[in-house]
Amino acid sequence: MDHTSKIKVTNVTKIFGQHPSQAIKLLREGKSKQEILEMVGMTVGVNQVNFDIRSGETFVIMGLSGSGKSTLVRMFNRLIDPTEGEIYIDGEEIVGMNKEQLRDIRRKKVGMVFQKFGLFPHKNILKNVEFGLEVQGVPAKERTEKALNALELVELASYKDRYPDQLSGGMQQRVGLARALANDPDILLMDEAFSALDPLIRKDMQNELIRLQATMHKTIIFITHDLDEALRIGDRIAIMKDGSMIQIGTAEEILLQPANDYVRKFVEDVDLFKVLKASNIQERIHMFDINLGAEKALQEMQELQQSHIFAMNSKKEFIGVITLAELTTAMKEGKPLETILNRNLPSVKPETLLVDLPDLVLNSKYPITVIDNKNNCTGIITKERLLSAMSNNKDKLNHVITISKKVEKARSLIEPKITSIAKGAF
Amino acid sequence: MEGFKLPLDVWVEGFISFLTDNFGGLFGVISNLLDSVVGALGDAILFINPFVFIAIIAALAWKVSRWPLAVFTLIGMLMIVNLGYWEQAAQTMSLVLTSVLISVIVGVPLGIASVMNRSINNILSPILDFMQTMPSFIYLIPAIFFFGLGMVPGVFASVIFAMPPTIRMTILGIRQISNELIEAADAFGTTPFQKLLKVQLPLATPTIMAGINQSIMLSLSMVVIAAMIGAPGLGTEVYRAVTQLNIGMGFEAGLSIVILAIILDRMSQNIGKKQRRFQ
Repeated sequence: MDHTSKIKVTNVTKIFGQHPSQAIKLLREGKSKQEILEMVGMTVGVNQVNFDIRSGETFVIMGLSGSGKSTLVRMFNRLIDPTEGEIYIDGEEIVGMNKEQLRDIRRKKVGMVFQKFGLFPHKNILKNVEFGLEVQGVPAKERTEKALNALELVELASYKDRYPDQLSGGMQQRVGLARALANDPDILLMDEAFSALDPLIRKDMQNELIRLQATMHKTIIFITHDLDEALRIGDRIAIMKDGSMIQIGTAEEILLQPANDYVRKFVEDVDLFKVLKASNIQERIHMFDINLGAEKALQEMQELQQSHIFAMNSKKEFIGVITLAELTTAMKEGKPLETILNRNLPSVKPETLLVDLPDLVLNSKYPITVIDNKNNCTGIITKERLLSAMSNNKDKLNHVITISKKVEKARSLIEPKITSIAKGAF
Repeated sequence: MEGFKLPLDVWVEGFISFLTDNFGGLFGVISNLLDSVVGALGDAILFINPFVFIAIIAALAWKVSRWPLAVFTLIGMLMIVNLGYWEQAAQTMSLVLTSVLISVIVGVPLGIASVMNRSINNILSPILDFMQTMPSFIYLIPAIFFFGLGMVPGVFASVIFAMPPTIRMTILGIRQISNELIEAADAFGTTPFQKLLKVQLPLATPTIMAGINQSIMLSLSMVVIAAMIGAPGLGTEVYRAVTQLNIGMGFEAGLSIVILAIILDRMSQNIGKKQRRFQ
C-alpha cells in the first residue's frame, strides 16, 4: 500500500450557530460541547480535528449519532464548510477554493455514497449512474459506456432500464456505489452507506466493497456507527465522540490498546478471534537463502539454536523447511539441499482469522507458515504463540503483538544495512 | 383618530393614475399582445369544426387519463354545442388558456427565484397573501384603468387571481425535495443551473402541476366574473341571465362552465400524475 497522505485535515472545527467565533473562543478555553451549548446555544459539530488519510486505505470514521462523523465527512467535499481549519486533498487546500475549483474537485476527485442511497427517483438506473458524467458534459455515448461498466462492477447492468423504486435496498445502494464509481474518483466518501440495509444484505455489501477495493485501491472514507462493520472493512479506524477524535488506529490497536474508557467500553464485547488475523500474531523468522549451501545452513541453525530452518529461493519465495537431522545425513551423503526440503508445510494467508487457526496449528508437526500472495513467508505461527493468544488474555496477546511489531521494526531498520554491507563486500 | 382618515384611497388612486399616465404605452403594447393571443386562440378553436375539435380533446383525455374521462368529455362538450354555447365556451377556453399560460410563464420562474433567494422570498410572500385574500372583484377596477373594457382586463385580473398557487406550489415542490438528493446533486459537482434543470424541477414537477391545476380552476372562476367588465364568453351569458332573472339560461350557461371546469381539472390533474415517472 502506498503510504502517502491523500487527505490531510488540520485543526478543523465546525460550529453550528449564529456567532461561531464565540464558540471557537470557548473551545480554545477548553470548554466542552455540552458547556458551549448551555452557554451560547451553539452546537459544536466537529472539534479541532487533525489527522491524515493515506492513499488507498479504507479509513473508517466511527461514532454514535451526534459525534460529528457525518459532518466531518461532508467537509471533505464541502457539502458543509468548516468554520475553521484546513483540509488538503493531494496537497491542495480545499476550504479556500472558489466555487469553480470546488466543482472540479467534486466532479473528478471525490465521489459520495449516501445512507438512503440518494438515487434520483425520476431517472432510471442507467441515467442515475450517468449523472456525474452528464454533469461534466461527457458525450452521451461515452458516458453510457462508462456507466454500464460501473454497473457491471456491481453486477446490475441488466437492471439499467428500471427505476430506483423497483429495486431492493441492497440493489439501490449498489447503484449508488456504481454512480460514485462511474466518475472514477480517487476518493470515495461513504456516509453510513450500509446502515439502512438489513444485516444479511449489509454483510454482502461489506464483502462486495472489500472485493471491489482489492482491485480499485481507492481512498475510501467510510462512516459508520457499527463497530463490527468498522472492524471488517477498515484499514484504520477513527473513533469520534462529541466532535472530537478520540483514537485513530488499526483494528488491533483499537481493540487492544483503547485510548480511554470510552473506547474500551465500545470494544469490550468484540470477539477478538473473529477480528485478529494470522498476520497479527505471527512470529517473524529468519529466512535462509538456499543458494548459500549446506554448511552455511548448519552454521545458521547453530547460531539460532534451532533444529530446523526456513528456506527461500533467490526470488525470496518460501520453498520449505530443512531439518537438522536431514541436513546432517545429506551432508554426509553429499546430496544437494533441494532434495531434503520439506515442501508441503501447512500454510495460511496473512488475513486468515484467528478463529480458523487452531485445528491447523495444533495438528501440525512444524509451526505453520504465513504465506502472502507473492509467495513470501511473512512469518510463522507456533503452538505456543497461538495458545498464548487463545488464552483470551488481552494483555498477553497485546504483549505478543507488541513484540512482533518491534521485531518487524528492527528488521526494517537492519535489513537495508545488511544489504548495503553485502553489496560493499562484493 | 376621529376626524382623521388615512387617505389610503387617494394614495391608491394616485398610484394607479401615475401608472396609467406614465406606462400607458406599455399597457397598450401588452393589451394588443394579449388581445391578439386570446383572439387567435379563440379563432383557432372556432375555426376547427366543433365535432372535430371535440374528438381531438376526447382523444387527448383518453391519452392522459382513461376512457371515462374521454366519454365525459365527448358527451359534455357535445351538450355545450347542443345548448348553443359553443362559441362562448371557445372564448372562455381561450381566456383561461392564455391566463394560465401567463401564470406559468411568470409564476414558475418567480417560484424558483423565491427558493434561490431569501430576500425575493421575503418580498414575495406578503404579496402572494395579498393577491389571494383580496376579494377578486377588486382586481377588475385597476384592470379597467390599465386596459379598458373587454377581453384583456379579464385576462389581467384572472392572471393576478390565478397565479399565486403556481408560485406557491413551485416553491413547495422544490423545497420538499429530500435533502439527500440535493446533496447528491451537489456532491457530483452540479452548477446551480444543472441542479435546477436535472434534479429540482423534474422532482418538483408533480407539485408544480398541482399548482397549475389550481391556477386553471381559479382562472376559470375569474374569467366568469370578468364578464362584468366585458370579457366575452360563458360568463357573459351567466351575467345576462342574472340581470334578466332568467333561471333557465343561467342554468344552461352555468352547466357549460361546470363541464369545462371538470374536463380541465381532470385533464391537468392526470398530466401531473403521469409526470411523476415517465419523462
